[in-house]
Amino acid sequence: MNSQVITDSMNKDFVLAVEGLTVSFDGFKAVNDLSFYVDENEIRVIIGPNGAGKTTVLDLICGRTKATTGSIRFKERELTRMKEHEIVRAGVGRKFQNPSIYEDLTVFENLEISYPKGRSVPGALTFRRDRAVKERVQEVAETIFLADQLDQRAEYLSHGQKQWLEIGMLLIQDPELLMLDEPVAGMSVSERKKTAELLNTIIKNRSVIVIEHDMKFVEDIAHKVTVLHQGKILSEGSMAKVQADPKVIEVYLGH
Amino acid sequence: MSKSSGRTFFLRPQDMIGIAILAFILLVVLPLALDNFRLQFVGKYLTYAFVALGLVLCWGYAGILSLGQGVFFGLGGYCMAMFLKLEASSVENTKIQTTPGIPDFMDWNQITALPWFWEPFKSFAFSTVAVVLVPAFFALILGFALFKRRVGGVYFAIITQALAAIMTILIIGQQGYTGGINGITDLRTLHGWDIRTDSAKTILYFVCVGLLLACILLAFYVKSSKLGRILVAMRDKEDRVRFSGYDVASFKIFVFCLAAALSGIGGAMFALQVGFMSPSFVGIVPSIEMVIYTAVGGRLSILGAIYGTLLVNWAKTSFSESFPELWLFGLGGLFIAVVLIFPNGIAGLWQSYIAPRLGPLFGGAARRTTPPAATPPAAPSSGTAAPAAAE
Amino acid sequence: MFADYSLAELGSIFVMQGFAGLILFSVFVLMALGLAIIFGQMGVINMAHGEFMILGAYVTYFTSQFFLNYVPGLFGAYFFVAMVLAFFAAGALGMAVEWLMIRRLYKRPLDTLLATWGLSLILQQVYRSVFGPREVGVELPNWMMGSISLTDSIEVQINGLFVMGLTIAITVAVALLMYKSAWGKQVRAVVQNRVMAGAVGINTEKIDRYTFGLGCGIAGVAGSAFTMIGSTGPTSGQLYIVDTFLVVVFGGAQSLLGTIASAFTISQAQSTMEFFLSGSMAKVLTLLGVVIILMLRPQGLFVIKVRR
Repeated sequence: MNSQVITDSMNKDFVLAVEGLTVSFDGFKAVNDLSFYVDENEIRVIIGPNGAGKTTVLDLICGRTKATTGSIRFKERELTRMKEHEIVRAGVGRKFQNPSIYEDLTVFENLEISYPKGRSVPGALTFRRDRAVKERVQEVAETIFLADQLDQRAEYLSHGQKQWLEIGMLLIQDPELLMLDEPVAGMSVSERKKTAELLNTIIKNRSVIVIEHDMKFVEDIAHKVTVLHQGKILSEGSMAKVQADPKVIEVYLGH
Repeated sequence: MSKSSGRTFFLRPQDMIGIAILAFILLVVLPLALDNFRLQFVGKYLTYAFVALGLVLCWGYAGILSLGQGVFFGLGGYCMAMFLKLEASSVENTKIQTTPGIPDFMDWNQITALPWFWEPFKSFAFSTVAVVLVPAFFALILGFALFKRRVGGVYFAIITQALAAIMTILIIGQQGYTGGINGITDLRTLHGWDIRTDSAKTILYFVCVGLLLACILLAFYVKSSKLGRILVAMRDKEDRVRFSGYDVASFKIFVFCLAAALSGIGGAMFALQVGFMSPSFVGIVPSIEMVIYTAVGGRLSILGAIYGTLLVNWAKTSFSESFPELWLFGLGGLFIAVVLIFPNGIAGLWQSYIAPRLGPLFGGAARRTTPPAATPPAAPSSGTAAPAAAE
Repeated sequence: MFADYSLAELGSIFVMQGFAGLILFSVFVLMALGLAIIFGQMGVINMAHGEFMILGAYVTYFTSQFFLNYVPGLFGAYFFVAMVLAFFAAGALGMAVEWLMIRRLYKRPLDTLLATWGLSLILQQVYRSVFGPREVGVELPNWMMGSISLTDSIEVQINGLFVMGLTIAITVAVALLMYKSAWGKQVRAVVQNRVMAGAVGINTEKIDRYTFGLGCGIAGVAGSAFTMIGSTGPTSGQLYIVDTFLVVVFGGAQSLLGTIASAFTISQAQSTMEFFLSGSMAKVLTLLGVVIILMLRPQGLFVIKVRR
C-alpha cells in the first residue's frame, strides 16, 4: 500500500479518486470512462441534465451499483470490491434523493440507529442507550432543528423535516466523505435557506459531493463543479469557469 | 430530556402486566377451569404458539414472511420423536421383530440396521440440543443462501413454501427412515417416565407453559433491543439501514434462525405431549395456517400471537366437532378478514378500542415502539395499520 | 441401470418419457401463463389460481354431461364449447375477486398471498359442498381416444397431442394479445408507470380488473384442457400451485418466453427422472434443483437488466 502511495503520487492528496469508471446496463453506458478526484475538505457539486448519470455515480461510489470497469479509491482503499456496509464503515455516507427515513420509528430511534456503535448482530443485541448516545442524539437533533420532536414518530414529520432527519442520520455517522443527492429538492424557500445554513455547518472537516439543480444553491456552496452529460464529464472547474464553457451552454440551452 | 431516553429495563410496565395476566391464565385459570382432556388440547395449541411467536419477530417485525415454519416445527418435533422412539424400541419391547431393537416401521420396511443419522438420537442430551440447533442450522443455511443474495418478499415466501412441500414429500417417500405418512408413532417413555399418563401430561403442560413464558421474555428482549428497532427499520427502508453501515443479511439470518429455533422447541413439546410426530405438521397447509395464528393475534404483538393461536385452534376444534364443513369457510374467511379488515389482529383491536378505556397501565399492552400521541384510536385499517407490507 | 435395455429400447424410453414430460409441460405452461400475467404484470400472488383452474375443469365436466344427455349428436364438439364457457366463468369470477379483494391490496403483496390462500380454502369447500368430494372425469369424444404409433415401440396418445396443440395455440394467442394488441400495450403501460398511464387517459382500474380476469380465464381454459388427461376433484388445484409458482419464478416473472422455457426444463427433468427413481424422489430432486438454482440466480432464468 505505502509504496503505491509514494510511486502513485498523483493520488496522494485525494480523499476520493475515481478512474476510468464505466457501468453499462445491457450495452447502454450510463457512466462512461469517468475520472475525477475529490480533495480533502472539498465541496464538489455535480450538475448535469436529467439522465446524465449523476445519481448512478453516487450509486457506484457507495456500492449500490457494481462498476463494469474502473476503480474508485477512497483513502487508498478500493471501494469497487467492498460491500455496501463496509464502504459505510470505511467512512462514506450517502443521502438519498427522496427522504429515506424509518417512518415507524421515532426521531430519536431514527438517529440512534445511525449511531456508529452496535452494528453487528451481537452488538445490536447488547447495545445500551448510555449517556454518550443520548447526548450525541440530542446534539444532532438540535443541529437539524428537531430537538423538540425526538419522541415524534417520523412519519408525522413534514417533507423538509424528513430531509433534515436524514441529514442528521448521516451527521451522527460522522463520515469523511458525505454524498448528498438533491438535498433541497421539494423544499419551501424558508426550508431551503435553513438547509443551506445546516449544510454549511455540517460540511466542515469532511469532503462532500452534492448533486443539485438549484444554481443559486450551487453557487453558494461549491468549491468546484463537475458537469456530467451522457455519462461523461463535459466540463470541470470553478462555477464561473463552468458557466462560461460553451459546451455547457450548448447542453443546457442548445435544445 | 426526552421520554425515549428514560427507559432502562427491557420490559415496560404494561408488558409486565400483560405477561403476568397471560401467565395467570395459563398456569392457574385454565388448569382449574378445564378437565384433563381439554387441558391437553390447550397444551397442544401452545406448541404452535412457539411458531407464532417466532413469526411475530420474523414476519411482523422484520417483514420476512416464511411459509415454511412447519419445516422447523417438524425438525424439532422429529428430533424429539426420534429419541423417544428409540427409547420405546428397546430390544425387549421389539423382540417379535425380524431385527429387534430398531423402530417398528424400519422393520416393516426391511431395514435391518439403525441408519447412521439415527444413532446420535440415542442420547437425550444430544436430542435436546438438536431440537434447537437442527432447525436453526437449517435456517442458517437457507438464510445465508437467500438473504445474502437479497432474495426477499414474495420470492422468499414462495421458496420457503416449496421447501415445505419438498420436506413433506421426502418424509413420506422415505418411510423406512422416517415412518412415512404415519410419522413416528407410539412414543412411550422419557427416561423410563411414562409420558402417556394423565399426570405426566399435566406436568408436560406446565413445562410447556414455562418454556413458552421464557421464550416470550426472550422475544420481548429482542424486540426492545436495538436489534428489534433495526428489524423495523429494515422492513421499512432496507437500503437506508444498509447505507448506515449494517450488514442487512446477517440481521435477517439471525431473526430467521431465532424463529426456526422457537418453532423447533414447539415441535419437540408437541412430540412429548401428543405422543407422535407426522409429516402432516410439516407441509404447506400447516405452515401457512401457523401464519394465520400470528395474523389473528396481531402480527406485531408478541402476546397477541399466543392468544391468536389459542383462539384459532379453539375455533378449529369446536367447529370441526360440530360443523366440519363450515370450518374451511371460517378459516378461509379469517385469512381474508385479517388482511382486509383488521390487519393488526386482536392486538390492534385491543389497542384501538379497549386499552384506551382501561387507563395508562394497559395503554399499550403491545406493539408500537412509542404510541403516537396524536393518532385517532379508531382507525385500524388506515395506512398506518399495515406496516408489514414489505416489498 | 441401462444394462438391461438395448439401445433402441433406451431411445424409445426417452421418447416416451419425453412425451409424458411434454404433457406435464403443457399443464405447467397453461397454468403458468395465467400466473405469469397476474404475477408478472401486476405483482399479485394468486394462491387461488389452482381453484380457478378447477372451476374450468368442472365447467367442462358439466358441459360434457349436458351434451351427453341432450345433444349426443354433437358430443364430438363439446370440448370447444366447454373451453369458451370455462374461460368466461373463471374470468368473471376473477374479475369479481379483483373488485372485492385484490384491488385493496396492490401495495401489500404478502397480504395478497394470504388473502388469496383464504379464497382458495373457501373455493375448495364450495366445490366439495356443491359438486361432492369425489373426483370426476369427463368422457372423451371418440376422435380423441386411442394413440398413434410412430415406430414399433413408440406410441403417443391423441388426447396428449391435442392438449399440446391447444397449449401452443393458447400461448400464441396470449403472446399476440400482450405484445401486439392495443390492449396489451395498455397493460404494459400501466405496469411500467401507473400514474403516467392514468394521466394519458388509460383507465388503470379497469385494466387491472381485466388483466386479473384474463389470467384467471386462462386458468379456466387450463382446467378445461386438464380434464382431457386427468380427473378433477375439489383439491386437485392445490397439487399444482407450488410447482406452477416455481415455474413462473424460475422463468423470470415478467418474461413469457422464460415461463415457457422453465416449464419445459422442470417438466422434462421431472418426467425423465421419474423413470429411474421413485416418483416422489424425482419430484424432490426437481424442486430442490429449482430452489438451488434460484438461490444462485434469484432473478430467474430470463431477466432484463434494468437501471435503478
